[in-house]
Amino acid sequence: MIKLIVDEREIEVEEGKTLLRACLESGVYIPNLCFLEEMKNPPASCRLCFVEVEGENKPAVSCKVEPREGMVVRTDTAAVRQLQRTALRLLLSAHRVDCRNCPSHKKCELQRMARFLGVRLKSGQLEYLERDISSCFAHPFITYEPLRCVLCGRCVFTCREKNGYSLLTFAGRGFDTVVSFIGERDPARHSCNNCRACVESCPVSAIFMKGSGIRGQGSGVSIPFPEVIWRTALSFFPILF
Amino acid sequence: MNNKKLEECFASLVEKAKKCFLNSRKTDVPYIYIGMATCGLAAGAVETKAAFAEALAERHIEAHIVPVGCLGHCYAEPLVLIDNPGFPPIYYHNVNPGKAGALVRAFLEEGDPLFEYVLGASVENELIPTVIAFPRFNMERRIVMEECGLIDPEDINEYITKGGYSTLFKALGLEPGEVIRQVLASGLRGRGGAGFPTGKKWKFARNASGQEKTVICNADEGDPGAYMDRTIIESNPHQLLEGIALCAYAVGAKKAVVYVRAEYPLAVKTMTTAISQARQVGLLGKEILGTDFNLEVSLFQGSGAFVCGEETALIQSIEGKRGMPQYRPPYPVQVGLWGQPTVINNVKTLSFLPAILKHGGRWYREIGAPDSPGTAVFSVVGKVVHPGLVEVPMGTSLRTLIFDICGGVPEKKKFKAVQIGGPSGGCLPNDFLDTPIDFDSLTQAGAMMGSGGMVVLDEGNCMVDVARYFLDFTQKESCGKCTFCRIGTRHLLGILERLTKGEGKEGDMELLEALSREIKEGSLCGLGKTAPNPVLTSLKYFRDEYEAHLREKRCPAMVCRALTAFYIDLDRCARGCDACVGSCPVEAIFTTKGQKKGIDQSLCVKCGECMASCPREYDAVRKVSPPELAPKIERPPEAKKHDQTDS
Repeated sequence: MIKLIVDEREIEVEEGKTLLRACLESGVYIPNLCFLEEMKNPPASCRLCFVEVEGENKPAVSCKVEPREGMVVRTDTAAVRQLQRTALRLLLSAHRVDCRNCPSHKKCELQRMARFLGVRLKSGQLEYLERDISSCFAHPFITYEPLRCVLCGRCVFTCREKNGYSLLTFAGRGFDTVVSFIGERDPARHSCNNCRACVESCPVSAIFMKGSGIRGQGSGVSIPFPEVIWRTALSFFPILF
Repeated sequence: MNNKKLEECFASLVEKAKKCFLNSRKTDVPYIYIGMATCGLAAGAVETKAAFAEALAERHIEAHIVPVGCLGHCYAEPLVLIDNPGFPPIYYHNVNPGKAGALVRAFLEEGDPLFEYVLGASVENELIPTVIAFPRFNMERRIVMEECGLIDPEDINEYITKGGYSTLFKALGLEPGEVIRQVLASGLRGRGGAGFPTGKKWKFARNASGQEKTVICNADEGDPGAYMDRTIIESNPHQLLEGIALCAYAVGAKKAVVYVRAEYPLAVKTMTTAISQARQVGLLGKEILGTDFNLEVSLFQGSGAFVCGEETALIQSIEGKRGMPQYRPPYPVQVGLWGQPTVINNVKTLSFLPAILKHGGRWYREIGAPDSPGTAVFSVVGKVVHPGLVEVPMGTSLRTLIFDICGGVPEKKKFKAVQIGGPSGGCLPNDFLDTPIDFDSLTQAGAMMGSGGMVVLDEGNCMVDVARYFLDFTQKESCGKCTFCRIGTRHLLGILERLTKGEGKEGDMELLEALSREIKEGSLCGLGKTAPNPVLTSLKYFRDEYEAHLREKRCPAMVCRALTAFYIDLDRCARGCDACVGSCPVEAIFTTKGQKKGIDQSLCVKCGECMASCPREYDAVRKVSPPELAPKIERPPEAKKHDQTDS
């Protein structure tokens, strides 16, 4: 066990765990999106889990910090909060905030972080960035809402963990990056009909089961549902329908 | 014993190469060397070459046409060097097919060197002034580019005959550790942009544990306006290949990959040829020169993403994954391609090696600035008289480079700024012209060395628009992985766009500044960390321009279309002249009561065609910013009626 001091509190952590995990397990919340406990090599892409480690001159992402004996960490300095707030504001400026019609309402990571960091969901300073994205997500059971997606990559990772390869991938560049589906489109031959791993891993319900009773979803949903798919899906997910 | 075998192997190789090379070249016929790198081709070198061949055949003159790479003088392309027995070798600039025919007729047949087309002779002589007297030649110091444009890039025998691969031979007789010591002593810093000491990187790689170490040559050059790596590969690929072999030997790698952009088809072709030639003569492959050093070099074509120039993204790309940068550490020298230690060096860095190991590390250290030894290769483009590739010792001032070597700003316009380091670099104004060119001074000034792209801007460039241009580039090329870069740069672009349209809001400049700083601090990789540099430096040094855009809705350089207007000065406009009418693509120009011309502002698209077509003696078209300054000239109603009756 390694002992370190986080926000003036001593915590213990097993060797091999990252600082972020150590903090979360000891009840010190650090905002994060792209991190999952199973990850050996977190992507460090959401840029939220910043902390300040004593002796280092600038904030570092805690998912990549290896705890050292006697390390002194602060999770709530002004510099850290500033970066976290900006990152969250940036994410919110590209996220269609429509909480009442979202399945993640009240269990959404963005809402949680906004409350924690004192950031308004509809921020004033940064304008909402309109996007004209056509999702290339032709999946028989699952729908993807790019305007909701925060591109944390949890779904891509989870899918790979479950299958050994990922049926999901990032596509596009820059601001137009989306998650895309590269697997079998024929539902009868589909390998992922029983797996909801990506849906469950999504922190903001950008990936959800088709026809899961959510109103007002944009792209992808309007594809007519052939009867065959209905039946197949119904047999697997009777609760949902 | 081993060394003796090595010596024998190399001696026989050199002998064979010399024989091949000299057999292919007769001594008593004229030689025509044509610059046929991408810049030459774009300027029409293929046509020029065909014209030479045709003219020679027509007149039954025996002469050799040798396609060579680029000499760096891109303003003079197609550049031709004619070595006619009895004359000094002479450079001819801008040789179009017509000039080519004339040169064959007059020079090769009749012995008149056509002085009006001459750029200069390459050696001292009594007939023609030499190019060595030109600042472009005598103020440069060429190490990497020494042979560029002078040797045939597709002939390994010529390279070997001129002393090529002798450094590899020398190094193979040394311990790998000694090679690294020489590179450390030279103080060579990576030329990809960051300036990390090359020797140190190699030492880490040498000491890293891993069976399958790899050397990667990064030729994924993507900065707008930068083409040093392309030209070096196209002009002297064997020098690079020798550098790669030296690096591989030093770090203990058996594999090397040259990562070239697919958008560089000629560089890909030249490099592929070079690799296969080197393999044929036994300079690559198994048991090189009779030693136990094995090296396989392959070429990998990038898929067109700027971010793949970032080393971790580059590795992902070779592994067949989406080119997204990874968090460092671990650095590639620890965990790189396929999880093995990997050294990634830029084309220029590797191309320096043959010279460094030939003359010794100390020789190199004495060139240039103390903390940035050696020379720097820049592609100077934009508003300069003599654009092209320039190699100068580190520590040369920007003023010397831009004004003395490249001839300064054309058309008597005023210099405004120089953009160094591409989209990751910054814009430095007049006051910084005396900054020495080296890694640390440029970074301190807010720009960066980058890989060597340099864009010179004059008073006709709007700094807000320049910043917008670069942000548009980085924003599109962001891989989309991390929040700050993906969304932050988009916000920066949005703000800059509305400034150039005159729709800026109070607080925009502060927002730009704050957001830029946070993107720099929060981003995952080098692309995001440097993307706001053009914004930050232009805000710092050209704040007045931003303020003019924001508060006065005025573009001082009169570039931003929404903030400018054209009008016709009625005092200068000539009665009855119709020059501008036909040039206007949207029929915005009408005839006034006094038979002069006016512009209908509601139709004008601000293309500037009327300004260009107005005869010089009248010079009546004016451009103003903000657009409200344009005097209102009403379209006379009878003209409209006239139109209607016509139709």
